Amino acid sequence: MNISPDYFASPADPGTLSRLRHRLGLAAEAEGLLDVAYTTIDSPLGTLLLAATPKGLVRVAYDVEDHDRVLGTLAQRISPRVLRAPQRLDAAARELDEYFSRQRRVFDLPLDMSLSKGFRQLVQRHLPEIGYGQTRTYRQVAELVGSPQAVRAVGTACATNPLPVIVPCHRVLRADGTPGGYVGGPGAKQALLSLEAAAGSPGPFRG
Amino acid sequence: MSMGMKQPFEKVVEQHGGTVLRVCRVLLGVHDAQDAWSETFLAAMRAYPDLPDDANTEAWLVTIAHRKAIDVLRARKRQPAPVGDVPDGPNGLGIPGAEDGDLWQAVKALPDKQRQAVAYHYVAGLAYAEIAGILGGTTDAARRAAADGIKNLRKNYPGATTEGAPA
Repeated sequence: MNISPDYFASPADPGTLSRLRHRLGLAAEAEGLLDVAYTTIDSPLGTLLLAATPKGLVRVAYDVEDHDRVLGTLAQRISPRVLRAPQRLDAAARELDEYFSRQRRVFDLPLDMSLSKGFRQLVQRHLPEIGYGQTRTYRQVAELVGSPQAVRAVGTACATNPLPVIVPCHRVLRADGTPGGYVGGPGAKQALLSLEAAAGSPGPFRG
Repeated sequence: MSMGMKQPFEKVVEQHGGTVLRVCRVLLGVHDAQDAWSETFLAAMRAYPDLPDDANTEAWLVTIAHRKAIDVLRARKRQPAPVGDVPDGPNGLGIPGAEDGDLWQAVKALPDKQRQAVAYHYVAGLAYAEIAGILGGTTDAARRAAADGIKNLRKNYPGATTEGAPA
């Protein structure tokens, strides 16, 4: 039979579909169906995946984490109603852009910390207290959160940070001053530390 | 992908968006197809968390599109066409070439059931048993509607011939 789907295709389909998908993102947002919106942005550390729930930014992921895998995990752990819908990530994308061009030292974004539980979330909530350009050891962070014995658990909390860069786990180093592990790879951690060091001591401006 | 894990809805749109658009176009013509597509995927996104993991996603989407298209057709019947049978216009179909316009006219002229059966079998690739589930009636009736639809299309649109058949 020679009646094939191709008969009903149009060369304009890719354009039409991308317009329809954009419109779907807006309609889903308006109807309260957009449980997870995401986009990808270019950065000096490669492509970053940004994802947000209606509560706030929920995930920042490096390329090496495999963005498809990360989206699959978000679908499983938060909701399968996941769409590429950049509008919700506009502020996060802008602030990250400013950070990477050394025009921002503090992020001012609503965060959804629901991917982390218990002690890990407690540690991650405290990490922004380590200021731009500063560093702490895992032991110091353990003391900061009132559990000086929990040095290894602090390491785990940093390693499982769902919001790298924004929640500055890159500012936590090993006691001997070496960077230690990082979700984006040791090179990414060193690059962030260098970026903040090069920007000099904290100035009077905030973003 | 492990059992019981639902993929992000974005993947569903990516994988099936094109097919659903073509199905909507066959059912409704180019103009209304886009609205039907939007309503189909919005309704699908709403229901997606409750879709069984082993469901045939494409058949599920086509079923939703079928219902949305019926809504559009009913609304059309309530609002009589302004002047006779107005064609969609020379470029209204979004497809260049006069012969394609002929195909759309032939599709439009089909009885609803035949047009639906053709869309679901030849465009969406659904099995006749699945189509019977959508249209109601037996699998044989669905097969017959698709065959009759193709026969009528061939009669009115000579381009739709079997491979190797004499011109």
